[in-house]
Amino acid sequence: MGVMIALVLAVCGVTGSPTVTFRPETASTDVPADPNIVPQMAKNTEQEQLLVIEVPEEDVMETGELNPNQYPAQRAAKVVQHYLNTRHGSPFKLFGLQRVHGGNAEDVADSGRKYQLEITVHEIISNAAQKCSVEVLFPRGEKQRSADVQASCEELLKINTTAQEQALYEQFKTNKSLVSAQYLPDSHGHIEPQNKPLWHLGIVASSFVMLKESSENSLYNMAQVVNITQQATEDDHLKFDCHTLLHELVSQEIVPWKLLFTWSPAEGVKVVQMEQLPHCHECEKPPNSD
Amino acid sequence: ASQERSKSSHIVALFNKKIKDNRTLYVHLNSGEKKNKCEYLDFWRDVSNVDTPVDIRVPAHSLQSVKLYLETYEIGYSVMIEDLQAMLDEEQQEMDSAARSAEFFNTDSFDFSNYHTIDEIYSFQDQLVAENPNLVSKIVIGQSYQGRDLNVLKFSTGGSNRPAIWIDTGIHSREWVTQASGTWFAKKIVTDYGRDPALTAILNQMDIFLEIVTNPDGFVYTHTSNRMWRKTRKPNPGSSCVGVDPNRNWDAGFGGAGASGSPCSETYRGPSAHSESEVKSIVDFVKSHGNLKAFISIHAYSQMLLYPYGYSYTPAKDQAELHTLAEKAITDLKSLYGTSYTYGSIIDTIYQASGSTVDWTYNQGIKYSYTFELRDTGRYGFVLPANQIIPTAQETWLALMAIMTHTNNNPY
Repeated sequence: MGVMIALVLAVCGVTGSPTVTFRPETASTDVPADPNIVPQMAKNTEQEQLLVIEVPEEDVMETGELNPNQYPAQRAAKVVQHYLNTRHGSPFKLFGLQRVHGGNAEDVADSGRKYQLEITVHEIISNAAQKCSVEVLFPRGEKQRSADVQASCEELLKINTTAQEQALYEQFKTNKSLVSAQYLPDSHGHIEPQNKPLWHLGIVASSFVMLKESSENSLYNMAQVVNITQQATEDDHLKFDCHTLLHELVSQEIVPWKLLFTWSPAEGVKVVQMEQLPHCHECEKPPNSD
Repeated sequence: ASQERSKSSHIVALFNKKIKDNRTLYVHLNSGEKKNKCEYLDFWRDVSNVDTPVDIRVPAHSLQSVKLYLETYEIGYSVMIEDLQAMLDEEQQEMDSAARSAEFFNTDSFDFSNYHTIDEIYSFQDQLVAENPNLVSKIVIGQSYQGRDLNVLKFSTGGSNRPAIWIDTGIHSREWVTQASGTWFAKKIVTDYGRDPALTAILNQMDIFLEIVTNPDGFVYTHTSNRMWRKTRKPNPGSSCVGVDPNRNWDAGFGGAGASGSPCSETYRGPSAHSESEVKSIVDFVKSHGNLKAFISIHAYSQMLLYPYGYSYTPAKDQAELHTLAEKAITDLKSLYGTSYTYGSIIDTIYQASGSTVDWTYNQGIKYSYTFELRDTGRYGFVLPANQIIPTAQETWLALMAIMTHTNNNPY
């Protein structure tokens, strides 16, 4: 197999590494018109441009049995983490990819490439871990479609965080003022205990973006919640506005996103609006003091 | 400064120009009948002569009466400090902060479990040399774009141009756990020499070079302006974007896929190979030394141990040996805290990268060329909590020892 793969790869040439270009920001078509969101002025300079991580079309990923040490399986597995967080994440429940054991990938005609993986997922707060069989289908053709994930990690989903979530929800609801926090974690990786649920909410909301943006040629992690601010709402659920930084490993870019989302124990996290912010070349963000 | 909390107090300077009778002030302040008033006043600058003002600290509760008194007698005054307590509090805060951060008297009291500024790390380096003059020296291999010294610590027990091991940390400035680990490694070496047989054996035959802040301009920038800064800080002509990725600037596959040609990109390769002084200085050092046998460049995050190549799928000539050694190294690493690493060639394990450090060093003939990606795997990423610095450094050290021991035992 080793020799065959080498030949195949030689013929295909170098693998698709993402190229990064910068295009002038235009009104995002994803974002519905909302009087509360003032769109950034589109400037045709280098200063304010949206990062476009262009994924080459070449089909150069491994098919067949996957080496868990190598990136194809790792990238597909990370998508599962984002998927689980969008579905089941909460201020007290967060999933992380712990380990990739093995798997295989195959092309599915007219669909894309399907990965079947054995992975270990852990729930970070309780530190419980479970081995799960998962499937990730990266679609072909339709650029905007995000990966399809099938994952059941039943044991982990049984972890009961209802009481804590309800208590937090009550706390927010009875609080006279709206909460907000900045730089979670701070430069030193520190988060005040009372801000941890906010950080977790930021991660869960960001997971919707990371799931949507992930491909075989990218790997997303949360870099930092720049700020998260509770919004007033008449509804039962709580509402938050947050500005987060995502780290895309392959291009090494820090991608800023703005998210408006809701949370309640009953409904979980739902993203109302997501908007990629202009790439900030010289971000003079005030750092946290040492 | 007074340790007791006092209610806000004023310092009032008394100008005697306005009083009609030059001696009135003197008399009034010292006269018997006024003495009671004086007991509550704290003279910071005492009465000396009629031409010099006096300074008094007035407790808040007396302020009204003192002001009234002065105004009644037409003694001019001005308030110099509105709220003395606030000033004292601020000063105390500054002192506490200074005590926490900078001042260590020797490398034994350096706080390895916290992140430090460049000044603190550079002081640490000088202090380490001063404490261990027979083992450690500092070499300045060049200057950064903004003129900062590029410091390399040389650990040597003698000889002349012995075969050597190079370790660098912080080439990407936002990867703070690496510079922090580098300082820990420096201390570890001086502590273990003469105590740990394995390290002693290595240093009796080989030298170790350690560059802790490999990208000082970027590092300062992560402290002052942007915690997520990766590249150098050299401006790019014709662009508003600053910096070159120092791990895409080496002359190995330079210009090929796996780096960007855009100055605004985090993986911008630069206008030409070795265009960055931070890179060129190491290139010059490696070439003039001529006897490096291992070259280890340390990054974060992802928990990986990588060997060449990044720019090409062609397996390195020594792939089998490098792979086996990597496996040993990460097994040793894992033995301490259970931290799992993946390992393999750069291009297979993480992504294609051209112009990377260890591809160049490997092509120079330095067989044991490795790149580390330290903790974690994305939960905190670059902003790894400070309480993970020492565990990270400790486990990484075991992997480094595996590589250095093998290098020492397998001369070539």
